[in-house]
Amino acid sequence: MLSRVAEALFWIGRYVERAEDTARLLDVHFHEVLEDPGVDEEATYAVLLTVMGVPDEVAARHRDSRAVLELLGYDAAIPNSIVGALVAAWQNARGVREALSAEIWECLNSTHNSLPTRVSAARDFGPAPFFSYIRERAATFAGHVEASLSRDASHDVLLLGRSLERVDMTARLLAARIGTGRGSEGWTATLHACSAHDAYLRTYQEGIEAPRVLEFLLVDRLFPRSVFHALSVGEQALARLDPAYGRSALDEPARRAIGRARTDLEFLPADSLLEDLPERLRGLQRTVSTVSEEVSRGLFAGSAPLHWSLEESAG
Amino acid sequence: MGELLDGYPLGQAYDEMFGADGLPYPHMRALHDALQTLTREDLAQREAARDSSFRDQGVTFSHAGKEWVFPLDLIPRLIPAAEWELIEAGVVQRVRALEAFLADIYGPAEVVSDGVVPRSLLTTSAGFCRPAHGFRPPNGVRIHLAGIDLVRDQAGVMLVLEDNLRVPSGISYVVENRRTMARVFPGLFLEQEVEPVASYPGQLLDALRRSAPAGVEEPTVVLLTPGVHNPAYFEHAFLARKMGVELVEGRDLFCRDHVLYMRSVGGEQRVDVVYRRVNDEFIDPVHFRSDSVVGSPGILNAARVGNVTIANAIGNGVADDKLTYTYVPALIEYYLGEQPLLPNVATYRLDDPDVRSDCLARLDQLVVKPVDGSGGAGIVIGPHASDAELAAVREQVLADPRAWIAQEMVLLSTSPAQLGDRLLPRHVDLRPFAVNDGEQVRVLPGGLTRVALRKGSLIVNSSQGGGSKDTWVLTTRPQRAPEVDGPSAFPAQTVRGTIPDRGPRGDEPQQ
Repeated sequence: MLSRVAEALFWIGRYVERAEDTARLLDVHFHEVLEDPGVDEEATYAVLLTVMGVPDEVAARHRDSRAVLELLGYDAAIPNSIVGALVAAWQNARGVREALSAEIWECLNSTHNSLPTRVSAARDFGPAPFFSYIRERAATFAGHVEASLSRDASHDVLLLGRSLERVDMTARLLAARIGTGRGSEGWTATLHACSAHDAYLRTYQEGIEAPRVLEFLLVDRLFPRSVFHALSVGEQALARLDPAYGRSALDEPARRAIGRARTDLEFLPADSLLEDLPERLRGLQRTVSTVSEEVSRGLFAGSAPLHWSLEESAG
Repeated sequence: MGELLDGYPLGQAYDEMFGADGLPYPHMRALHDALQTLTREDLAQREAARDSSFRDQGVTFSHAGKEWVFPLDLIPRLIPAAEWELIEAGVVQRVRALEAFLADIYGPAEVVSDGVVPRSLLTTSAGFCRPAHGFRPPNGVRIHLAGIDLVRDQAGVMLVLEDNLRVPSGISYVVENRRTMARVFPGLFLEQEVEPVASYPGQLLDALRRSAPAGVEEPTVVLLTPGVHNPAYFEHAFLARKMGVELVEGRDLFCRDHVLYMRSVGGEQRVDVVYRRVNDEFIDPVHFRSDSVVGSPGILNAARVGNVTIANAIGNGVADDKLTYTYVPALIEYYLGEQPLLPNVATYRLDDPDVRSDCLARLDQLVVKPVDGSGGAGIVIGPHASDAELAAVREQVLADPRAWIAQEMVLLSTSPAQLGDRLLPRHVDLRPFAVNDGEQVRVLPGGLTRVALRKGSLIVNSSQGGGSKDTWVLTTRPQRAPEVDGPSAFPAQTVRGTIPDRGPRGDEPQQ
């Protein structure tokens, strides 16, 4: 596979996951502020924007639901908003249409086409249908990937992108919750944001409390949105991408970083999970950016930007 | 006025939004103003969004062999904080008195020997259950979940219409109504401080776990449903999901040596608490109806031995018998030494010959109800009934006076409801839910407001053309102070270094 194609697929995986997770994150925060009079709107959004890495001077201008929805939901100009991420996914897909199945391309393209209408409806009638639309489109995308993309390097690279983004976003989601310091209602909302509420209850059958929720979302072996699960999936995809797969243990920084993060979680005693949690979440973040950088250097090296010039000036 | 409330006709009933002067009550002003800004098109949009949301989620009830979308009216019903305090205290008081009553009559029955209620009240009640006698549930709780139906009369006074202590339903609609309203109509919530309701199932689960047999540290709770054909099956599935407990049918359970198990792929698994949505008479064919296939043979003996808790307890029916209802104010005084905070509707006992003949003489002004009915079945509303209906109920009363009560007709309060493209006054009631965990009776804020969508109708049951409203308890609770040390900043999200490179620009035409 061409490095250029691989890089595009990697970012498609990341951007679609980012759009979906941002929709989930905004959904819980918006409805918490709306439905629970005990929640301080300004403080909640301040925390949210901090963990989303929004620069302070921008964050200071976005302190209520409307403004935050514009910034992280509808702004097409920044690739960290829902709309922006989907536009970026579409841009990446457009350049590699031949590597995608027709269904996958059509899914991204029709989503992209529908965004202006969806956004204006969300502004008029509330964002809930918009959020669920985004989640549905992401699920459709995942379904097409599952059903129509050959299990070759293209699948692995897309899966890697998605898994890394999921680790990154879940870490941010948990950090946002720790920051707002609410009781079990808050953790319930976090579980809902990860579609984990029902699965959590079936697993623990008791009240929703911070330590157990963190345990579930960080290290649960079976739940597909847990950090551990995402790291394992990403690690396996990365391993399959290694040309020397199964032969030798190469000195490969990306695999080392992701493997270390996964084993860290895997063998951590349950009671020390909460020790210095913010640092642990930031550590996960660092893992994601290390892996992302290393993968770009290694797998996508060939796609480093070239400088195009016209023939006459080249002469 | 805006176009939706244009010409809103105030009738004789107390209106929940407008006072007699035609102005909205202070606590209704924010909602009223928000409604004023809406157009008919807005309302139609929300209506469509609500319908598709309910249909997609399958929020339904079955009636007459069909699944119906539970009708949610788009206009919420508001309860100011001060009034809620009264309702809450009144419901807690009532549940405590009824718990004491049940503990007493299934034990020493001092209430009978002290002459507060006649023994015949118990012995003639269909809900009185002899196998429950002499048995004390693990933490003393028999009414794990109660639904107390309240109505507001013409003078604006909240009255208790009936108690539901067996298998009250409606919690799922409370939670779903709020969820849907917040998604379909977020604008209405602005400027309002509304008590959240999402914790309802969690509180119920907590109470169920605390009722486990002594010595069980990690109880296994299950929800027993009659199955997918039950009208409230949606609610059973909803609660099981929200509580994270297994939803079981009778055929999934079996008893051996007075221990209850469920059959699972991992082998048999012991069950400690059964939250049952199966009526007494069907729950155990060994003791009750032998033709029941939705219960579990032997479950009652397992409960009597103390190996499993059945919630709500067997035999609660005697306490929500409508003849017992007439004694509840006396029971509150007797057991708690308190005056009832929420009065009863004026009610007549038809087993007393004098009362009976008085009532029969003015049947056309009264409401006649069967004592063990629920869901509005069998009720005859005198002023709305035909002569034939009145004659029929008169005969039934004469044939079995113990099976009926008569009540003064209460003109239920009205609240604006959406009908087509207008808002019109429709009659409402309120069912707050109380959870008893053994230490405390807690009333979940709000409850289910049901609304009779047919003009003039006083019957709010969903099986008879009723809908429901999201119920907002307004609060003045202070906001929680934000954490002192917020999270340290996370790095910005990474993005692909460059916009995907689209290659050299060329103008070579393609052939």
